[in-house]
Amino acid sequence: MNWITEFFTSTIGKKVIMSLTGLFLCLFLLIHLVGNLQLLLNDGGAAFNAYSEMMSKNPFIKAVSFILYFSILLHTVRGILLWQQNRAARGGVGYAVKKANDASFASRNMALLGSLMFIFIAIHMAQFWYQFKFGDVASGSIAPYDKIATAFEVPWIAILYVVAQIAIAFHLWHGFQSAFQTLGLNHSKYTPMVKGLGYVFSILVPLGFAIIPLKFLLG
Amino acid sequence: MKFTIKVWRQNGPKDKGRFETYPLDGIDDDMSFLEMIDVLNQNLLTEKKDPVTFDHDCREGICGMCSMYINGTPHGPEKATTTCQLHMRSFKDGDTITIEPWRAKAFPVIKDLMVDRSAFDRIIQAGGYISINTGNAIDANAIPIEKDLSNEAMNAAVCIGCGACVASCKNSSAMLFLSAKVSHLNLLPQGKAEAKRRVNSMMKAHDSEGFGACTNTGACHAVCPKEISLTNIARLNREYIGASLTSEKE
Repeated sequence: MNWITEFFTSTIGKKVIMSLTGLFLCLFLLIHLVGNLQLLLNDGGAAFNAYSEMMSKNPFIKAVSFILYFSILLHTVRGILLWQQNRAARGGVGYAVKKANDASFASRNMALLGSLMFIFIAIHMAQFWYQFKFGDVASGSIAPYDKIATAFEVPWIAILYVVAQIAIAFHLWHGFQSAFQTLGLNHSKYTPMVKGLGYVFSILVPLGFAIIPLKFLLG
Repeated sequence: MKFTIKVWRQNGPKDKGRFETYPLDGIDDDMSFLEMIDVLNQNLLTEKKDPVTFDHDCREGICGMCSMYINGTPHGPEKATTTCQLHMRSFKDGDTITIEPWRAKAFPVIKDLMVDRSAFDRIIQAGGYISINTGNAIDANAIPIEKDLSNEAMNAAVCIGCGACVASCKNSSAMLFLSAKVSHLNLLPQGKAEAKRRVNSMMKAHDSEGFGACTNTGACHAVCPKEISLTNIARLNREYIGASLTSEKE
């Protein structure tokens, strides 16, 4: 076997794929949030509409967006296959009695949390991404800001988005620091910082996203 | 002390297995957990029943044989303690104690509580050694090793290969075991010469035995009787990634 395929099909190599795509998706989340926080400005959507226009025209953004779609799919597919492999490794017989240990809720349920996130991303993309690219926003019949405002005035949509952030928060709570551990980036000086940063990131980023639908629902 | 012992009975690898419950009386609180099973087995023998098969050897916490899942935790409720070093005073009089074998595809049950852990031996055979002819023992201080480094290597070397890490892991991953063995050798000058080849081939052996991948939950470290640190897994990852990228083509 070629050494590259050998590496990426080893259990560590598979996790390296999860780790690298995961960290890239973390970076995306941060940028996505910073852009979307313009929705909170009280300018009737001027800033967000201009930003949206720029994002849809910029060729660099277009190129990066394909890396993003690829990363989401790779992270999801690799994750599901790993979940399968890990389940098979258990051998089918569980324990009659199992006591909780140090493993956090998030770390034990990454596949479940990830699956919920994937479903959310699919809904989110059908609702906004598709409309912005090919639907009524693309055709100019509604402004980007108004599209989002009217969507989040529907209570169940706003609540769905807020609830989805909880799954994202838990997934990040474990995933952020775990990605560094998988890459072997462990050091007595820096690991506590990475963990701290991960916990702050996993709370602040989903919180920032949750504020947006709540603003439109309540405001 | 009085106990109700609920123990996994399985006649062989092919048997489906089931729990059997035995009442047990006259247990001293100073008895070790294994001595308690000895008493249970003595009772079973007097009743002309098949005694419970379980692995044990040194009974002083260093051989790693006494593998059993006691009340939902490998090696029972005490931290950093092997089953043989667990005493009945850690339980309350009248308790029901559930004893199960390690559960992992790579550790098939041989009989009752005894599992086949030769998968670990095959991982060691793949590179968990230093291939030099030792000749006469050289002076212990002839090779200078920094104290911190030797501590780190020795903390990994205390792994007794009991398999509790695999048993507790939701993925049945043997990464804690593998990382302890790789760290122990790769940190020291004697092991450095073969470091890349070692990690590559031991990793391959780990995967071919059917162990799962590491989700970094930390369950293994929590139950490890020798408290092997998770930093070893990070080191293993680092060594493996480095070796894959930089080793010469074979």
